[in-house]
Amino acid sequence: MTGYTFVEKALARAAGRVNVRAGDILDIQPDVMFSHDNTAAIRRIFEKIGAQNISRPERAVFTLDHAVPAPTTEHAQNHAEIRQWAKAQGIRQFEVGRGICHQVISEEALVLPGEVILGSDSHTTHFGWLGAFGMGVGRTEMAALWATGQLWIRVPETFRITLIGKPPAGVTAKDITLRLMKDKSVGGGAYRAIEICGETLQHWSIDELPVMPNMMAEFGAMSAYIAPDERVLEYVHARRARAVQAADSDPASYRFRPYEPLYPDTDAVYDEDYTLDVSTLQPQIALPHQPDNVVNLSEVAGQPIQQALIGTCTGGRLSDLEAAAAVVKGKHIRSRLLIIPASSEVLLEATRNGTLATLVEAGAAISTPGCGPCMGNHMGVPASGEATIMSGSRNFKGRLGTTDAPTYLSNPYVVAACAVAGKIIDPAEIIGTMEA
Amino acid sequence: MTNIHRCWVYGDNVNTDVIFPGKYTYTLKTPEEIASKALEDLDPTFATQVKAGDVIVAGRNWGMGSSREQGVTSLKYAGVNCIIAESFSGLYFRNCINQGVLPIVCTGLHLTLHTGDSIELDIANNTIISGGKHYSFSPLSPSVQKIFDAGGLLPMLQKQFAAAK
Repeated sequence: MTGYTFVEKALARAAGRVNVRAGDILDIQPDVMFSHDNTAAIRRIFEKIGAQNISRPERAVFTLDHAVPAPTTEHAQNHAEIRQWAKAQGIRQFEVGRGICHQVISEEALVLPGEVILGSDSHTTHFGWLGAFGMGVGRTEMAALWATGQLWIRVPETFRITLIGKPPAGVTAKDITLRLMKDKSVGGGAYRAIEICGETLQHWSIDELPVMPNMMAEFGAMSAYIAPDERVLEYVHARRARAVQAADSDPASYRFRPYEPLYPDTDAVYDEDYTLDVSTLQPQIALPHQPDNVVNLSEVAGQPIQQALIGTCTGGRLSDLEAAAAVVKGKHIRSRLLIIPASSEVLLEATRNGTLATLVEAGAAISTPGCGPCMGNHMGVPASGEATIMSGSRNFKGRLGTTDAPTYLSNPYVVAACAVAGKIIDPAEIIGTMEA
Repeated sequence: MTNIHRCWVYGDNVNTDVIFPGKYTYTLKTPEEIASKALEDLDPTFATQVKAGDVIVAGRNWGMGSSREQGVTSLKYAGVNCIIAESFSGLYFRNCINQGVLPIVCTGLHLTLHTGDSIELDIANNTIISGGKHYSFSPLSPSVQKIFDAGGLLPMLQKQFAAAK
């Protein structure tokens, strides 16, 4: 009898079973279920089901993030419907400006290590950074979750990715993730859970930990997982302690439930193993129009760039803003540089520690925390033919709202360097050296 | 029993942004509006020329990317009730089942066909006949088949909630 993987343990717990194996089909009850600007559309499906009230409302969360502040009357109407529904059902709802669902739910410690979170958003794989099982679902599935509290799932096999070596200066979790995409292709993780492990993780800042789990959506995976270390457990502990002290929180409420981190058994069975040595990796860039169309940055240096974007659930955290500030400090940008923090907490800290001032002095434009143009709604939609480079995760044709506008993906140092130079360039050429 | 279907043939890794652009997801609501944007950034001829009963035949990883259900419903509202691919994104496959659109995993077919060609589909016998060749595919698993047979997740839940009253 072999040991169990993380997903086998997490899904057994969510199904109320002693143990399950990959391939089993279960009905699971998630610990948390969330939706965002698509909440009003989910409500319309929910009402067609014939249900009246959201089952287990304490477990539901709504965020407004995909088109905030509302760019049109129709979007504003959509938000108004969501606010009204949240109030009527007693659901925790985060307002315009608080930030992107994945970032906000992490900061608020609304999902905990070892738990299961389902969201009507494909990047729900993100929560693997907290040692939780996160999976994206469709709108009808979220309506079903509201109505019945549960959803069927096939327990996935696990693909283990082991990262070895210390990344060179200027090579971030983003570069390593893009390299994995190139090596194994989009779809390399299809139908499977991903476990990310190895010595490289200790070199990632806490802000970098979510990058690879987040982009496992582009990898085709159902979910992702990083074994929570002391830093992550301390992060969760501090966030919960802060929330307990907040005036509107009841320490006896569902929010402050006990939890137990889950770890795979040492003799768990993996469907596939892949080891990536990052010790000599160069900065990577994904060319239009697919996240696995990846080359070394040096191969495409010189390509003109009209717009650079630091933001999204993949690359809008404090360390991303700080990386951009380190590159543009004391310089003036040649192409547009948009800064869209992933949350109000990121914005506040970047304001307090001077990061924002450095960026604005260099000519950057700052926008409301949220998804920004990464859905093509607003706040940085490019003109035809204009090239954008961003710290986000998706460069599919039309992603930013314009069909014939090429998008590149890279790390935040590279994005900021491109803004300074007005073309694709190695950040080492802007700041001399990447050694801290 | 077999039915003849006209095919729209596409390649590998077709993503949901080109199937149904994200910028329309919160504002377009009627089936007609949603169908009119199907495959807008992949094949601008599709939405105006598709006919009820047409099928999609594609390569690997059809429907990767976003969770948006309009990736499936835009095709369904345009008249497509079956999508044949070498493989699907997991989220897209679930969305197909939940919307009552049949996802068929079949290898070796899409490279032999061109848009406008016809295939014969024999669902009862899990077989596709194309160019005189028979291609077999696996049936859905029983729990998934149950949702599909109900017409999708919404009709299945409607029946359950009506019965509980």
